[in-house]
Amino acid sequence: MKYLMFVCTDTEPDTDKDNEPDINEWVAEHDTSGRRLQGMVLAPKSSATTVRVRNGKLLVSDGPFAETKEVIVGFDLLECADLDEAIDVARAHPMARGGRIEIRPLADFEQ
Amino acid sequence: MTQTNGEKVTDLRKSAAASAVAAVVAESYPRIVASLIRVTHDWTLAEDCAQEALTLAWEKWPAEGVPANPGGWLMTVARNRAIDLLRRASVERRKLRELAVLVLTEAGQAGAQEAAHEEVVDDRLRLIFTCCHPALPLEARVALTLRTICAVPTADIARAFLVSESTMTRRLTRAKAKITDAAIPYRVPEGRSLAQRLPGVLAVLYLLFTHGYNADGEPAFADEAIRLARLLERLMPGQPEVSALLALFLFQHSRRDARRDSHGKLLTLEKQDRSRWDHAAIAEGVRILGMTPPDGPYALQARIAACHATAASASATDWREIADCYDELVRIQPSPVIELNRAVAHGYAYGPEIGLGLLAEAKAGGALDDYPHVVAVEADLTARQGDKSRAASLFRQAAAVAHSEAERCALLDRAEENS
Repeated sequence: MKYLMFVCTDTEPDTDKDNEPDINEWVAEHDTSGRRLQGMVLAPKSSATTVRVRNGKLLVSDGPFAETKEVIVGFDLLECADLDEAIDVARAHPMARGGRIEIRPLADFEQ
Repeated sequence: MTQTNGEKVTDLRKSAAASAVAAVVAESYPRIVASLIRVTHDWTLAEDCAQEALTLAWEKWPAEGVPANPGGWLMTVARNRAIDLLRRASVERRKLRELAVLVLTEAGQAGAQEAAHEEVVDDRLRLIFTCCHPALPLEARVALTLRTICAVPTADIARAFLVSESTMTRRLTRAKAKITDAAIPYRVPEGRSLAQRLPGVLAVLYLLFTHGYNADGEPAFADEAIRLARLLERLMPGQPEVSALLALFLFQHSRRDARRDSHGKLLTLEKQDRSRWDHAAIAEGVRILGMTPPDGPYALQARIAACHATAASASATDWREIADCYDELVRIQPSPVIELNRAVAHGYAYGPEIGLGLLAEAKAGGALDDYPHVVAVEADLTARQGDKSRAASLFRQAAAVAHSEAERCALLDRAEENS
């Protein structure tokens, strides 16, 4: 089962700074276990551009399409047996404390 | 209209069949659904086949009599129906082979297998943990538990949640779709995960119970919650909070017949006829609590409930023990409501001034602003302090924001008493 992990900021991060996990260790661990297939960090949201086509006309605008305080700052593609395993991977990511992580399964058109 | 003897016999047989179906539903339905889900991974198919088996039982048993092993009969019918449907959908042979050998084994049937039995996880337990998975919305967890494990009709669940049947059907369908799409596992978590997930399961049971116990709730849900707590206690022995929750339910439920007067008005504890409490249930709660470590959140709540349930009269209530329990609860699980109840307990244990002082502290943060019960508590403490006219006015204020008609009436009565 493939899951995409959206790594986001959050307006109320955890204030407990003890035993904060290390991102490099997290990446190394889950690359080795085969649960992390791919992952990237995004450039700041000020660099985002939104593209739409309406009635055949191209509309290009600055910034992310939704003006929210929480921003997606990166993503990881996971391969896990089930949601509980994906949750276990996500909870160990430093941004689970510093921000929030949304886990979405990839649509399965084979089913 | 008078009945012939033949009709009477038929009626008797029908009612015997009806109670047999009811008993089998409670005992076997969740096992059947749970086993079918494990093999087919298809929640809707599992429910449909179990329901069809029940329908067939309703048709056949009154006329032909209840079979010797009703649970086994239902399992066979449901299983064959599932094989039929899946064959038509040409599902892989492995699943069909697994289905073909599915039988309902009664728990504790073979004493020699007890030791081995521990390693086999009961399908019903998987079902409970999946229905209560935190990745599902809370209301969906409660609804799914009621529908899938307790076999409560969707229409009844919808009524309890104050939504239309079609809305509830959609909610259940969405929840089942999420279980499949997000691959929520059909598994009882182990080790650290179990410790993290169990409180969530208990919270769903607690919500189910309060849905049944609230003034305007669905009383049958309280019975379902108790049945589930018993099942959980049997399936997960050695989990103190499960036992504590069952004890808590038993104490609260023991008052079900004494909570209202002849006009249906809610009665406070002081005014209830204690001889009408279910003393067998209280004794069972006390026995369970006696074997349970006293310091978990549900254990503390159960100890509080036990103080009320075992007091010979309202004035004989051990309020100091209750106040101690609330002190501990505030420490391990602080919440505005617990602080409010702590103020009440200290008010009874050490005098209304102490209670009012703690109430003022609890209100200071503003967390209780939207909680209508606060005014009622302040009114009660004020009445016991002797300031009747202020108490009466507070009781009227509390009545104006009461949750239910029954509570409103009870509060207006208190206003009247103090006028």
